[in-house]
Amino acid sequence: MSIHMQREIESLKRRILALSAEVESDLRAAVQAVEDRNPKLAQEVINGETRTNSMEVDVEEECLKILALYQPVAADLRYIIAVLKINQDLERIGDLAVHIAERSLTLCEQPRLDIPFRIGLMADKTRKQLKKVLDAFVNQREDEARAVCVGDGEIDDLNHEIVAQVKAAILERPALIDTFLYIMSIARHLERIGDHTTNIAEDLIYLIEGRIVRHTAEVSDKIRKADGVRP
Amino acid sequence: MNEAVKFSVRGLEVRFGDVVALRGIDLEVPARSILGAIGPAGSGKTAFLRALNRLNDLSPNCRVTGQVLLDGEDINRPEYDVVRLRKRVGMVFALPVPLPMSIFDNVTYGPRLSGSRKRGQLQERVERSLRAAFLWEEVKDRLDMSGMRLSGGQQQRLCLARVLAMEPEVILLDEPCSGLDPVSTSRIEEALVALKSDYTIVLVTNNTKQAARVADRTVFFLTGEVIECGPTAQIFTAPRDQRTNDYVSGRFG
Repeated sequence: MSIHMQREIESLKRRILALSAEVESDLRAAVQAVEDRNPKLAQEVINGETRTNSMEVDVEEECLKILALYQPVAADLRYIIAVLKINQDLERIGDLAVHIAERSLTLCEQPRLDIPFRIGLMADKTRKQLKKVLDAFVNQREDEARAVCVGDGEIDDLNHEIVAQVKAAILERPALIDTFLYIMSIARHLERIGDHTTNIAEDLIYLIEGRIVRHTAEVSDKIRKADGVRP
Repeated sequence: MNEAVKFSVRGLEVRFGDVVALRGIDLEVPARSILGAIGPAGSGKTAFLRALNRLNDLSPNCRVTGQVLLDGEDINRPEYDVVRLRKRVGMVFALPVPLPMSIFDNVTYGPRLSGSRKRGQLQERVERSLRAAFLWEEVKDRLDMSGMRLSGGQQQRLCLARVLAMEPEVILLDEPCSGLDPVSTSRIEEALVALKSDYTIVLVTNNTKQAARVADRTVFFLTGEVIECGPTAQIFTAPRDQRTNDYVSGRFG
């Protein structure tokens, strides 16, 4: 029985990695579309949504099948549970990449702005965080997963900074309010992607160590320390 | 002495001739709970079970060292009353062995041997034991029928009732469901879970899923040693030892 289950788990592993690669590439393309004002690339991301959605459903069905047929325990059980949750976060990240692509389509029609919003930097950090957590998943590295949890603070800070910049810009040039709100919305989507990436990192720590670190002092203390704030 | 600990095993070693069946066992069995013992064939789980009511004594070349404390008293002391021990610590074996007599007599056999003769008292004890073993409803109208005519699952519950009739404090079970169908197995498991509020139960099983279903704590034996013992949920979700992980997920054994 175990050999059959191992085979199923191997196949599940391939599926979740394929979905990871797809979502990572969607995010890269969506961010690129914003930076280059490239409507064609944005449209490609939007068109790809059905594919990621169906991959997500396939992964979930595989997990349910393995749970029902083999009742895995210990590390195998943790793997299936982690994959179920990571799958959901990946699908949400895919959706958010599509939202960013949609916003970029609208932005392409707006005049180019001379305000130095740090959207590019935020997008770059978000993308690197996602790549890092997916690499940690492949290599089963809980130290890398922890680093991702800590790194999310920087993305949150950039989001706050952009929101403040947008507020000031609206007051200064109210005629461009739509454009500014689109920028803020992209920052918000990137911030949510950062949160889903952190969820994946936490699920990865559970998968490797068997401990649920979500809502525990351990991770948040690290974040505070990284921010230089005393717990 | 800790009231919540029924058995406290310290440095237990069991040898059969030159073969070491158990070595360096330190383990506590909490009172009024189910301890599941799992491990591959020859890992020492049955030798451990038999050390708890000195059944190993019956093997001529067996040597037991170390302490097995029952409520703080070492049962391995030569002057310890073994008959009294086995009354306090009953055992159910893998193969149900009903005595060739009626269901009623099967249950009252032990109590009668130890001096209970009053019909009313015996009847009351039969009903109580059969109810506790989840068998009463199925046999209450045919207590005079031979125990041998019951189905395998019913026979095993009859054996459990026979142990319960002696009003033990601890029940040891050695793969009690190994020959039973899933429905009979679930009846036995139901009975065990109900019984744990009054008894301390040690369940040796080859079916790891059974330990997962009923045991409060699970101990994993391998080549005569305890590899890991902990809350069942932990053993089956995040075991600390790689060997435990591999055994419970069916990679060996």
